[in-house]
Amino acid sequence: MTAPPTGAPQGLLDVSGTSRVPFTRHVVVEMRKMFDTRAGKWLMVTIVAITALVVALLLIFAPDEGNNFEAFLGATATPQGFLLPVLGVLLVTSEWGQRAALTTFTLEPHRERVIAAKVVAAVLFGLAAIVVAILVAALATVIASVDDMWGAYGFGDLGNFALLQTMGIVQGLAFGMLFLNSAAAIVTYFVLPIAFNIVTSIIEQVRDVQPWIDLGTAQTPLFDGQGLTGEEWAQVATTTLIWIVLPFAIGAWRMLRAEVK
Amino acid sequence: MIEVHHVTKRYGGFTAVDDVSFTARQGRVTGFLGPNGAGKSTTMRIMVGLTPATSGNVTIGGHRYSDIPNPARHVGVLLDASAQHAGRTGREILALGAATMGLPEKRVDEMLELVSLTPKEAKRRVRHYSLGMRQRLGIAHALLGEPRVLILDEPANGLDPAGIHWMRGMLRTFAQQGGTVLLSSHLLHEVEMIADDMLLIGNGRIVAQGTKEELLRTTGTLVRAVEAEALRDALADAGFPVKADAAHLHVEAEPVQVGEVAARHQLTLVELRPADGAGLEALFLELTAETQREGVVA
Repeated sequence: MTAPPTGAPQGLLDVSGTSRVPFTRHVVVEMRKMFDTRAGKWLMVTIVAITALVVALLLIFAPDEGNNFEAFLGATATPQGFLLPVLGVLLVTSEWGQRAALTTFTLEPHRERVIAAKVVAAVLFGLAAIVVAILVAALATVIASVDDMWGAYGFGDLGNFALLQTMGIVQGLAFGMLFLNSAAAIVTYFVLPIAFNIVTSIIEQVRDVQPWIDLGTAQTPLFDGQGLTGEEWAQVATTTLIWIVLPFAIGAWRMLRAEVK
Repeated sequence: MIEVHHVTKRYGGFTAVDDVSFTARQGRVTGFLGPNGAGKSTTMRIMVGLTPATSGNVTIGGHRYSDIPNPARHVGVLLDASAQHAGRTGREILALGAATMGLPEKRVDEMLELVSLTPKEAKRRVRHYSLGMRQRLGIAHALLGEPRVLILDEPANGLDPAGIHWMRGMLRTFAQQGGTVLLSSHLLHEVEMIADDMLLIGNGRIVAQGTKEELLRTTGTLVRAVEAEALRDALADAGFPVKADAAHLHVEAEPVQVGEVAARHQLTLVELRPADGAGLEALFLELTAETQREGVVA
């Protein structure tokens, strides 16, 4: 039986002995929420399995001279680039759609702390996926053992690659917050770039500014291993602002204000 | 202690909660009674900050809910037993709550035992739970943090009579140990069974509040006589206000006074009794009738 402690003055709650929920605990709980449902668990398993699968296929079927570390790691970029944003979306929408947000925001009425915890959780998941990709790629590289198997691949390239994948998952999170609905967020995430390509192919003027407003175009240098010029970094910044920061800001505003029923 | 001060919530032109004020006292179980859609849930969501009030404010134990650090350690909340991810197990839902509050895992087992969910049931996904099991899980979740205040929206909904009996005992003990309980219901008899104090809300307004004794106090006498007309006239002559329904006369007088009048006029009574809580019940039925399309089933 619950025995409410006594001692506080009549009717008043003595909250002086309680500290607020530490932020790290929120992050741990948000990460745990991705493992304890079937959708989340299978998405994780799928990300790891597909990462291993593409690397294995490349190892078996690709010509030997291409089988260096950069090629293996590059092969993981596409499937992870598709799946990590979905993970980001689900971090928000799985509990919103099931109305479990009611509990989340009752346990932590300061919603901005929950949102921040979800961002950190998303980044940690993104980094974990990259670590898996690196380990699998390194293993395949050692098995293939071609000449110059590590190539010129350095920490700078690795950093760019990590940035790219992390941006993807955070963008998914932002879209999840913006739409608060899995289907709408995921469909929009995948359809928008296609729609944008159609627009640019039709309207010539847009093509000139495409690197400044199209996320995919601006991000290409991040994984081609050539290093980025100042202008290219500026393009990454503007496109990130449009496609990640802006949806995130609107989504956060929406989540902070939404009436949770 | 929960203090609600002049809370109003408008949605466009619709006023869901209209200048509601009340106090749920420490050591008491306060029943929040009203038909569906009367504003009970909205008021409770406002209490914990899930819905912003248009005006007015709520304090719980002297604090705004959002100012209470780790609030679930002080205030246990059950707003909707079905608002959980259906794919999680009952145990996992409590474990997530315990993890957020910083409680040991064994607290989860204690709570499961308290609400009589077996380890086997706790391992099932909530999707497969009956409403009664979800309610038990929700109550367990509300009690996890050893709170001193409980806010429970329709906690008895879906519980079987044994479950309601159990909950009554549990809430009574909680209140006796110095806790504050506010629970809502759309069923008068449910609140009557569990609550010490009662609030009646209809169309967003508090229409009656007081202790259960005050609200259920007899308001006059119900009487039935063979010579209904004659009794009615006799009572009216004696100066007692009388109202008639299909079967009974409702007299604003003590049963003994009605009996005396009948005896003086040699009238044959077939029924004479205090009108138990008819005032509150009539008020409640009136409110319910307004909001239920099918009307009151007699």
